[in-house]
Amino acid sequence: MSTPMQNQISNITRPDVQTKLSIQDLQELTRQLRLDILQMIFEAQSGHPGTSLSCIDILTCLWSVVMTHDKNRPDWPERDRFVLSKGHGAPALYAILMHEGYIPKEEIHTLRQVHSNLQGHPASKYIKGVDISTGSLGQGLSAAIGMALGLRLNQSPAHVYCLIGDGESQEGQIWEAALSAPAHNINNLTAICDRNGLQIDGCTEKIKPLGDIGSKFESFGWNVMEIEGHNFQQIIEALHRSKSMGQETSKPTMIVAHTTKGKGVSFMENEAGWHGKAPNAEQYEKAVADLQPDVYYQRLREA
Amino acid sequence: MAILSPSIDLEKPEKIALRTQYGKTLAELGEQYPDLVVLDADLACSTMTKYFADAYPDRFFNQGISEADLMCTAAGLAAVGKIPFVSTFALFASGRAWDQVRNTICYSNLNVKICPTHSGLSLGEDGASHQSIEDIALMRVIPNMTVVVPSDAIETERVIRWAIDTEGPMYIRLVRPNHAVIHTADYRFEPYKIEVMREGKDLTLCATGEMVYHALLAAKWLSEKDGIEAEVLNCVFIKPFDTETLVKSARKTGKVMTIESHQFIAGLGGAVCEVLSEFQPTPVKRLGTRDQFGQSGKPDDLFKAYGLDPQSIYQEAKAFIQAS
Repeated sequence: MSTPMQNQISNITRPDVQTKLSIQDLQELTRQLRLDILQMIFEAQSGHPGTSLSCIDILTCLWSVVMTHDKNRPDWPERDRFVLSKGHGAPALYAILMHEGYIPKEEIHTLRQVHSNLQGHPASKYIKGVDISTGSLGQGLSAAIGMALGLRLNQSPAHVYCLIGDGESQEGQIWEAALSAPAHNINNLTAICDRNGLQIDGCTEKIKPLGDIGSKFESFGWNVMEIEGHNFQQIIEALHRSKSMGQETSKPTMIVAHTTKGKGVSFMENEAGWHGKAPNAEQYEKAVADLQPDVYYQRLREA
Repeated sequence: MAILSPSIDLEKPEKIALRTQYGKTLAELGEQYPDLVVLDADLACSTMTKYFADAYPDRFFNQGISEADLMCTAAGLAAVGKIPFVSTFALFASGRAWDQVRNTICYSNLNVKICPTHSGLSLGEDGASHQSIEDIALMRVIPNMTVVVPSDAIETERVIRWAIDTEGPMYIRLVRPNHAVIHTADYRFEPYKIEVMREGKDLTLCATGEMVYHALLAAKWLSEKDGIEAEVLNCVFIKPFDTETLVKSARKTGKVMTIESHQFIAGLGGAVCEVLSEFQPTPVKRLGTRDQFGQSGKPDDLFKAYGLDPQSIYQEAKAFIQAS
């Protein structure tokens, strides 16, 4: 087994684990998490594979590398916070939270079932690690700003991370929040935009063009970085840099992560039709085959 | 329970604005509650959160004209342990930001106190576009939400002091004008209870918010002019509703009239009918705006136009008694 990238990265030390993950480790971890995501959605016969696969690399960098948190103290006031504003990416969040020990692994079979903790969209009522319920699009960024304001008042070192979607950015409230965060000189907030270019009905640029999201946020007063959203080196560096930039500039940071919807499963990639559809048995088998190490890493090298 | 004090002259009451009392109370609580934060949407001088803003500028957040953002920012503050009180006009708090209140605040069961001012017809001259006469219905239907409608400035102060110590999302509905004070300084507020402000045997007048004063005045006239003794219930809690006190009164009088500065659908009248139909079927007459929009006008003129002034209530009550 070989991996497309050989770069080693230096990791921050987290209070709960003393491990350092290499790029290869992250490639392998996210390959397995992609399988978990597809298993959840296939067994449920419901869910959003395209969006989950486009954001899982970012979520893994956050939860397994960058964020300070401790599964044994899920209510620790000093923990970093994460808000999945694009709540339909729930299977990706559940996959990484299972890996990080917040959700028992056996719950993988319960997505979207009655009495399950794994609701269709993340609900704080059911899961430690989810601080605020999301799902109705456009609302999470404002909530993340509220958290950042509160943590600042508490003089907490905690940082707030929020993942929004590009399609979600057609909601007006995203732009209310975009105005709001710089108005409060928020320096402990990093937003990431999963820029996969697709929404349920097709291309974002055909339905309601978002154009250059980065320059829009920049003109609203944010620090902005553009990265390849499946490049672990770039994701982690940008996340670390956003934290120091916030302190230096007293501004929030937006990382526009250019991603591929459905990333890792050949027939789902860049297909709007796979936004919110579960694979049938045959398609699932094909998807699992795409996620076997040889095929998966070969495709990554060719990408 | 607190029967109306004889020291209160209903014909010439002292008048204080609920919103002013609200703002002053927040400012008073600021020192004792370091986690108290206040948010507004460019209406701090109208909602009177300016009292808190002036005293604690670091804990006041003006979110600008962005009510959706306002509600979710408050939710985020609550999620990290703050106690946010959020104000704007009632129409925007309950209507424009309904999805945010439902999904981000109530579904997460966050400790956000939504305290809108300018509810009901008495918002006045700005007219229908700003008159919130659907908000009780919109808020009471959301799980986890508590809905409180204080009747005067003294009760407003009691409610705010109680709310800051009580976990969970709340909608505390306030009004704009200077309004009759119907409680004395020693008023003991009882959470989750209807306050029986006048006892009577012939008819129950269930009122909420600023309509409690109108109901008391109507009840006084019914007694003095017609010998009809109306029991007046101050329904300060719309949700949860004090079923026991209502049923007890309805059992005694056999007739219930509801009075609210709100649509007669799904607000107080709706709540009362739900309770009575299940536990004590009783004839009910509902007063409120009758599935119609408001309009511009002075508050007292609007109340007359929509049959919610004390004289109209008096006449409706008399007709209700005579018809049965």
